[in-house]
Amino acid sequence: MKTADSFGRPLVAVTGMGVVTSLGQGKDENWAALTSGRSGIHPITRFPTSHLATTIAGTVDFLPESKRGASPLTYALADLAAEEAVGEAGLPAADFGGPLFLAAPPVEIDWHHRLRLYAQSQRAGDWRSLIEAAREADEAELFGESQFATIADRMAEKYGTRGLPITLSTACASGATAIQLGIEAIRRGECDRALAIGSDGSATAEALIRFSLLSALTTQNDVPEKASKPFSKDRSGFVLAEGSGAMVLESLESAIARGAEILGIMRGCGEKADDFHRTRSKPDGSPAIAAVRAALSDAGMSEDEIEYINAHGTSTPENDKMEHLSLSTVFGPRMPTVPISSNKSMIGHTLSAAGAVEAVFSILTMREGVIPPTINYEIPDPAIELDVVPNVKRQADVATVLSNSFGFGGQNTCLVMAREAG
Amino acid sequence: MNPTDVVITGIGVVSSLGLGVDAHWQALTGAAPKPVLNGERFAPYTVHPLPEIDWSTQIPKRGDQRQMETWQRLGTYTAGLALDDAGMKDDEALCASMDMVVAAGGGERDVDVDQDILDTSLTRNDHDVLLNEKLTTELRPTLFLAQLSNLLAGNISIVHKVTGSSRTFMGEEGAGVSAIETAAARIRSGQSSHLLVGAAFQTEHPDMLLAYELGRYLQRGGWSPLWQRRPEDGGGVITGSGAAFLVLESREHAEKRGRSAYAAIGPVTSGRARRGGDGLQEALESMVSGLSDSDAPMLAISGASGAHEVTKAEKAALDGRGNVTARGFSSLTGHMKEAQFPFAVALAALAVHHGEAYPAFAEGERPFEDTPEAVLATAVGYNCFEGMGLVVKV
Repeated sequence: MKTADSFGRPLVAVTGMGVVTSLGQGKDENWAALTSGRSGIHPITRFPTSHLATTIAGTVDFLPESKRGASPLTYALADLAAEEAVGEAGLPAADFGGPLFLAAPPVEIDWHHRLRLYAQSQRAGDWRSLIEAAREADEAELFGESQFATIADRMAEKYGTRGLPITLSTACASGATAIQLGIEAIRRGECDRALAIGSDGSATAEALIRFSLLSALTTQNDVPEKASKPFSKDRSGFVLAEGSGAMVLESLESAIARGAEILGIMRGCGEKADDFHRTRSKPDGSPAIAAVRAALSDAGMSEDEIEYINAHGTSTPENDKMEHLSLSTVFGPRMPTVPISSNKSMIGHTLSAAGAVEAVFSILTMREGVIPPTINYEIPDPAIELDVVPNVKRQADVATVLSNSFGFGGQNTCLVMAREAG
Repeated sequence: MNPTDVVITGIGVVSSLGLGVDAHWQALTGAAPKPVLNGERFAPYTVHPLPEIDWSTQIPKRGDQRQMETWQRLGTYTAGLALDDAGMKDDEALCASMDMVVAAGGGERDVDVDQDILDTSLTRNDHDVLLNEKLTTELRPTLFLAQLSNLLAGNISIVHKVTGSSRTFMGEEGAGVSAIETAAARIRSGQSSHLLVGAAFQTEHPDMLLAYELGRYLQRGGWSPLWQRRPEDGGGVITGSGAAFLVLESREHAEKRGRSAYAAIGPVTSGRARRGGDGLQEALESMVSGLSDSDAPMLAISGASGAHEVTKAEKAALDGRGNVTARGFSSLTGHMKEAQFPFAVALAALAVHHGEAYPAFAEGERPFEDTPEAVLATAVGYNCFEGMGLVVKV
């Protein structure tokens, strides 16, 4: 088997994957739910929803850390996904031996801690009391929650990853960027393998309110499982969600040498920043178009060779329209016949984790020969002519996938994956 | 000499000492450089404040300025200085194909809204409902974006049209180290031809001080020189607002557009040494040896934070070499968190470029009489992660 791509670079294989979403823990639970068209979106119970316009989410509520705040939950999610991925790859649990790239939400001290500290302070009506109380309290855990490096540091310690772990954020494209950084490091010959993780357990009240204030969230609360409806005419915003995806990336040569099972190949990645607006994309779609083309060109493939698209598909009026415009431009008249589906119709938008979660599902799509549907597709948007694999899974022989991730701040990252080295 | 050598063709730096490379070179090479301090505003904590900045010289649209909190504005401004310095600012094609790696923190929250919630919380028990009530009505909708980590890079794209690619690393000093290390590796391997890399930190916000003080890292007893800070005055860190951005290019790319460079980035190394005990000092010693086995006198631009244990370990590791003379710039600029390593590399590049070492930044630093040809830049995290690099003649 050849182990270099057409540019002479090492081919990058996926040898282990893990995932957690509101649908469950692990690939089996998630895949069963995803292919039966089940939604993980539900009414929020983690915090009271009075005064909130949106009262539903795809939170992960079944873990002990689910009620302990964004940092502990983000760590727990990353840990579970990594454990599954490293286990599947057949690598030692505490001696990974390659770098860690972690996509995670920016950290902040949880409000509950702030309120607690203030209650035990001088209560003098300004920030000095809070800082003084923080110093007096001297709580290592709380300090850890205020440091952006903490989660990756703990993951590096536990899994024995090599070197300084990188924590990154490219907003809703973060998970894809983590994978991209891993691919690039392997291609540079810096390592034989890398652990790429996207994890997000930050669905706090304040996070929900922030996205609400930007009019990004749907308020179709009445039937939560029907609220996320990518590409439908009556879509009205995304559903905030949590989850994690992890991938063991490995040079194909090293994977073959140690007899690992090859789950798929990371053929290419591409990105392009948008300079138009902080939350909206350029009306002509040129940055997303450039990102898709960059990924194809990096994979050494033409658009004709893509057999399925794992959409960013957030269910916001803006994203889905732009994604359709961009893909139609790249794929031309063939676009209406290329199957494209949005996992977010069932799991919501897992933000920093989305790119990694959806990459895991993309590989599973090829391995299982089943395309998960876009559910809640009842009223098609006539302006968006796509084969969204509506409502019911489809058996299909899929050898190549394009996965899109677009984010606030003009972030556009695309991954091209293949079943075989080609 | 290699066509993919990593050369520095543009530098933007801002700190309490001034704006841009010339102001810094003059301030740092003058007789007995003096720190600029503000001990009142955040007493008992001393900070090195931002100098006065006319933002509109780099961020012409008022609308853009309004969409950012100070940290993003500072980073976007300083990135503009670097692009200007590299002669790229108005070259649309170069900016559109330029890659970007930013090391960012974030979280400049609305102090008044937060304080209102804290004070009201003392009179009520339904805290979760209180949060919903206050946050839905008091938060400025765009504040989220103005404090979001990756939106510094986002604003640089919008204001300066740098759109080749955009990646944001998070994680205090280590993020700055990884940003430079990754940027250099991408150029060296041919994955990128030209790249903007850097970070900004704005300390003049209570939450920024809170994050350090949760771990008892800040000095409370006024200013003292970096290497002489005493545990009885607190944790040893005095913070400063500042930023550093670099334009990096492959040698070939810079030569093709007829651009001379300040210096080149040699090997960069990073790690995650276990803290406590002698582990850090040993790790730093082996990092220095790995970068250079020369016995020739070597200048080191140290990003030491002042945090007692790690600063002691770094000093011991550098002094132990015998041939290394350190300059700890945090004495004069304060600790700039994510920006520490980019700032260290910038100052190292200026010394190589001028062929002249800096005088002592504070008492206790030995003179360095030689012409600096290879300058060591360091950043050892006050809490975790560490990195170093060599900056060499072009």
